[in-house]
Amino acid sequence: MDPILVLEQSLNGLQFGLMLFLLAAGLTLVFGIMDMINLAHGSLYMIGAYLAAAVAMATGSFWLAVAVAMGGTAVIGVVLEVTLLRHLYQRDHLHQVLATFALILMSNEAVRMIWGPTALALDPPPSLAGPVELLPGLYYPAFRLVIIGVGLLVAVLLYFLVSHTRLGMLVRAGASNREMARAMGVRVSLVFTIVFAIGAALCALAGAMLGPLFAVQVGMGESILILAFVVIVIGGIGSIRGALVGALLVGMVDTVGRTFLPMWLRAVLPPTVASNLGPALASVLIYVLMAGVLFWRPQGLFPARG
Amino acid sequence: MRRTLAALTMATLGLTAHAADQIRIGFMSTLSGPSAALGLDIRDAFNLVVRNNGGKLGGLPAEVVVVDDQMNPDTGKQLTARLLKKDRVDVVTGIVFSNVMLAIAPSILENQTFLVSANAGPGAFSGEGCNPYFYVASWQNDGYHEAAGQFANTKNLKSVVLLAPNYPAGKDALTGFKRLYKGQVIEEIYTKLGQLDFAAELAQVRAAKPQAVYIFQPGGMGINFIKQWVAAGLDKQMTLIGPGFSADEDVIKAVGEPMVGMFNTSHWAHDLGNAENRRFVADFQKTYGRMPTVYAAQGYDTALLIDAAVRDAKGKIEDKATFGKALASANFKSVRGEFKLNVNHAPIQNYYLRQIWKDPNGRITNKLVGTVLTNHADAYAAACKMKAW
Repeated sequence: MDPILVLEQSLNGLQFGLMLFLLAAGLTLVFGIMDMINLAHGSLYMIGAYLAAAVAMATGSFWLAVAVAMGGTAVIGVVLEVTLLRHLYQRDHLHQVLATFALILMSNEAVRMIWGPTALALDPPPSLAGPVELLPGLYYPAFRLVIIGVGLLVAVLLYFLVSHTRLGMLVRAGASNREMARAMGVRVSLVFTIVFAIGAALCALAGAMLGPLFAVQVGMGESILILAFVVIVIGGIGSIRGALVGALLVGMVDTVGRTFLPMWLRAVLPPTVASNLGPALASVLIYVLMAGVLFWRPQGLFPARG
Repeated sequence: MRRTLAALTMATLGLTAHAADQIRIGFMSTLSGPSAALGLDIRDAFNLVVRNNGGKLGGLPAEVVVVDDQMNPDTGKQLTARLLKKDRVDVVTGIVFSNVMLAIAPSILENQTFLVSANAGPGAFSGEGCNPYFYVASWQNDGYHEAAGQFANTKNLKSVVLLAPNYPAGKDALTGFKRLYKGQVIEEIYTKLGQLDFAAELAQVRAAKPQAVYIFQPGGMGINFIKQWVAAGLDKQMTLIGPGFSADEDVIKAVGEPMVGMFNTSHWAHDLGNAENRRFVADFQKTYGRMPTVYAAQGYDTALLIDAAVRDAKGKIEDKATFGKALASANFKSVRGEFKLNVNHAPIQNYYLRQIWKDPNGRITNKLVGTVLTNHADAYAAACKMKAW
């Protein structure tokens, strides 16, 4: 097998995984710490991407667009949390699913009304638009390298935030025993609002960073939300470390499944069978992974609560 | 009570004795999710015809029941049951995706309800499986791809890698491309329907080193693929060819500048010179404030086809043979120019080559370059043993 292809595919797996991590990090915090299933997480991702595309179109600056999208989406997230989601924390999961599903439908329709049904363009900064030669013969899109960098940076920052800051301590305290934390004088509701704002900003970061690769369009959040849920279930709900490991696992398995599996199958099976079987197997592979993890580790790989 | 019954009986008798007093259209399309732009274009163009006719099709008041299949065959099946049983529609149309079409068509055809496709024309209904109630106003699934294969021959591209989603129309697409293409197919890659990230496939393409790559990635998938294709720098190493769907206004708007120069094949172009088309393009732009895509052209033609058939059947749409015969004769001026329906009710028509360019006003759009296939009929029609009405 061509070593350059293997290397390039490993980078692809890493990049796809880190991109999922950006989304899964926010989702796992909200789900794990507030015990809240937020299906509208994907909508925040979409709103972030649309804000970024709109600002980039108006100003021509990609990085300004990323900053505005993160700030704007965090504000929208806070408004949502204070006006609606806060009242759902005590309800059971079914109510949360219903309410946040309604949010998906409303935000899709709102985005369609504001920006129209067709997809928007969001271009990367011109200096990052092309490929770079990492090794002789190994060309890799510069922008994907930036995504890898941003993903790693967010992982480190989040780890530091949760494990080594006062806010992180309050978050962990609020999550493990809400009543006790409140009795000790912690304003749990404020902590939750901040967590939700961080989650929303991460969504927007993911949306803005992925905009140059994917179509910025209505409904973009739903397809990626499912993968994000797979990631946090594998990683263990509520754990940042779990989200990172889960995301990298899903990214790698998916990439290997899509490229090398059909190749191996073609080597051992007749081409017609292989071309039918390969894509079918590849698309179920991450769900097989999830089923396997749930079978041996029902709480996920790194459960947040012991 | 007795009076009500009598009134009802008279009403029912009245319906069967004369020409229908209205036509009910079940318009099922993909109106939400990543590929919603396709269905919305078909719907808007269809409505444009109805509106221009003062709410009528072929002289009958038209009631268009619009439902959203969400690109999901199961949702499509439930909606079909509703359209047939509750709304009792005369014609079903609007379906975008072949997987939805394959799921819902059998129950519609068994019910002897007319199904006029505004987009998908799967092979399953073109050959042995052809059906007197099934009509295609757009194209047989293979058409665009056969034209692309032929174009690759004329451009002397000796090796290609083919890429399509793993669903019925994806397989039809690659079969279609290979039917006329004479060079070497190095690899056929099937992706997941609705796939977001193509980095893995792009790496495979780079390693395979073909002269050209042919993609069939409709809707949002095409936007994602082409963006990533350019980011990987592959646009400088090989030629990208696509069917018109992957290089239409919706994709251009989302990708922009990097698409300039891309070749694509289609049965329609916004700059085709016939009078019908000029009127349609201007009208669509004025009404909706955006350029029409091939999907819009198909929605418009579908409405015109139904309009003409109702008119030719003199409104007797409940007389299946009369209405069916009128549909099959496709007696109207299409925005694509001359065309007719084959024995399997799929179009015999020209396929054109378009190239994306920057027009003198600085707008990035398609330009008609030439004709690839003239009066092209699909390869399945010979196997269709259906009796004409």
